[in-house]
Amino acid sequence: MKNKKLNLVLLGLALVAPFALYPVFLMKVLCFALFACAFNLLLGYAGLLSFGHAVFLGTGSYVTGYLMLTYSITPEIGILAGVGASALLGLVYGKLAVKREGIYFAMVTLALAQLAFFFYLQAPFTGGEDGLQGVPRGELFGFIDLNNNLTMYYFVLAVFLFGFLLIQRTIHSPFGQVMKAIRENEPRAISLGYKVNQYKLLAFVLSATLAGLAGSTKALVFQLSSLTDVHWFMSGEVVLMTLLGGMGTLWGPVLGAGTIVSMQNFLASSPLANYIHVVMGVVFILCVLTFRNGMVGELQKLIRKNF
Amino acid sequence: MATIFGINLFALFGQLLVGLINGSFYALLALGLAIIFGLLKIINFSHGALYMLGAFGAYLGLNYLGIDYWWALVLVPIAVGALGILLERTLIRPIANEDHLYSLLLTFGIALILQGLFTHWFGSSGMPYAIPEELKGGTRLPFMYLPDYRAWIIVFSLSVCAVTWYIIEKTKLGAYLRAGTENPQLMQAFGINVPLIVTLTYGFGVGLAGLAGVLAAPVYSVSPEMGSNILIVVFAIVVIGGMGSIGGAILTGLAMGVVEGLTKYFYPEASTTVIFLVMVLVLLTKPAGLFGKEA
Repeated sequence: MKNKKLNLVLLGLALVAPFALYPVFLMKVLCFALFACAFNLLLGYAGLLSFGHAVFLGTGSYVTGYLMLTYSITPEIGILAGVGASALLGLVYGKLAVKREGIYFAMVTLALAQLAFFFYLQAPFTGGEDGLQGVPRGELFGFIDLNNNLTMYYFVLAVFLFGFLLIQRTIHSPFGQVMKAIRENEPRAISLGYKVNQYKLLAFVLSATLAGLAGSTKALVFQLSSLTDVHWFMSGEVVLMTLLGGMGTLWGPVLGAGTIVSMQNFLASSPLANYIHVVMGVVFILCVLTFRNGMVGELQKLIRKNF
Repeated sequence: MATIFGINLFALFGQLLVGLINGSFYALLALGLAIIFGLLKIINFSHGALYMLGAFGAYLGLNYLGIDYWWALVLVPIAVGALGILLERTLIRPIANEDHLYSLLLTFGIALILQGLFTHWFGSSGMPYAIPEELKGGTRLPFMYLPDYRAWIIVFSLSVCAVTWYIIEKTKLGAYLRAGTENPQLMQAFGINVPLIVTLTYGFGVGLAGLAGVLAAPVYSVSPEMGSNILIVVFAIVVIGGMGSIGGAILTGLAMGVVEGLTKYFYPEASTTVIFLVMVLVLLTKPAGLFGKEA
């Protein structure tokens, strides 16, 4: 009951936020929040650390960007295509990655992502170092003009809510329970008769698909698809967002994404602009050493202890 | 022009040489990763950054302190190893008992800081480092011209790999190390100072990365990004070879360098991706890695 009220308040805040804050900033937060939530589904609930998740963000971004630039299609078709491409890539990469466990899984995903990075760098349709610029936002369903930032914001909010609710539903489903069981004790899950690798693969594909959704949406928001989206640094960034916010919590990645994006915006206009990577490295180390449950995780611990 | 079956032998041997050199670096780095993994069970994500630090150590030593190449070859690995020991004692040790994913993230943070600092100080364009006077010449072989420095890299780094392999597989110290890999608690019960061995192992592993950095300074340009690029390739190599065997890590590193060199000759477009493709192939056919022993 209490949670429902809280959710309604947050939704209300999200609806009026663009009147108080810069809509493009909010859209950036929402895109990264969705990306981090998708990543958290894999790390926080299935216990799989993918260190190449940017590849799915970037694939969604490139496919949507390319189709929107080349053909006169509506944005929802562009997004669907981008999401489909990410899902397919997620299936292929997932099948390979689940063959190894633990830190090998992280290394395999990182290497596979680098493979895709070089592909996008050389492929003729990605614009190489320049990326795809001036991606048109188009008209949603053919009649809602997305060039208005406020309209675009509500569209992005709807996309985010769709992704977020899907993740919430997944976590609380029987499938989600099995995922958590695998995270906690894989041999036991196997002995109970679960085909662990298939569950892992499904979690991987779902996570890749939603990461692709974030990427496709991001391409429309910034009207740009570039190598930044597929770079290993982006993969590290989403790990940090999830870790800082609290992995394995529903709201953690959202809070983490909001914090990191705000921090980057703040740093960009401060004398520390050149130190963004250094600052993120420091935050990484502090998180790991002192703050492993993340903001939401620590808050939950505090509430449990004191109330 | 010497050609056989339409293959330009000069170009082919040239790329083979480049492949052997890259392979020497892959071998040195994969060896360091494997040693650290064996005892600490962590993947050292800052390995690439410490390799970069080694190259910068040589560059800064030459330009600011008057330390020449030969001294750098001795002093820089020690300095990088000492930094590694400091990092292990202050940052990695406190979370040794947590999930190993945390130490991966921790070392990733260290890599971000190092790379960020050097990018800020020196920009991302590379800096040249002169080949030492003694190795400036070259030898004319039947099918190619072999610059002395390149021959030196291959001979020296393979000797370092061989000595390291010998120490680990054949000496008493190596026996301690292997025992620590199998069962650290039991070894501690026998009165051996395991934490000390862990610290020294980490220092030695990253010292090898520093050494590779010094060796690399004259052939690649010294730049802040040199570490992250090579590290991801070395990760793929480690997946291909499996980290269970020291010799396996060295061999796989060298072999992948050669494969990359051959690809540069026959199909240059794929030269950046071929090692990742080999990794995919290995995952499909022998998921535990070529020398892997894990269940």
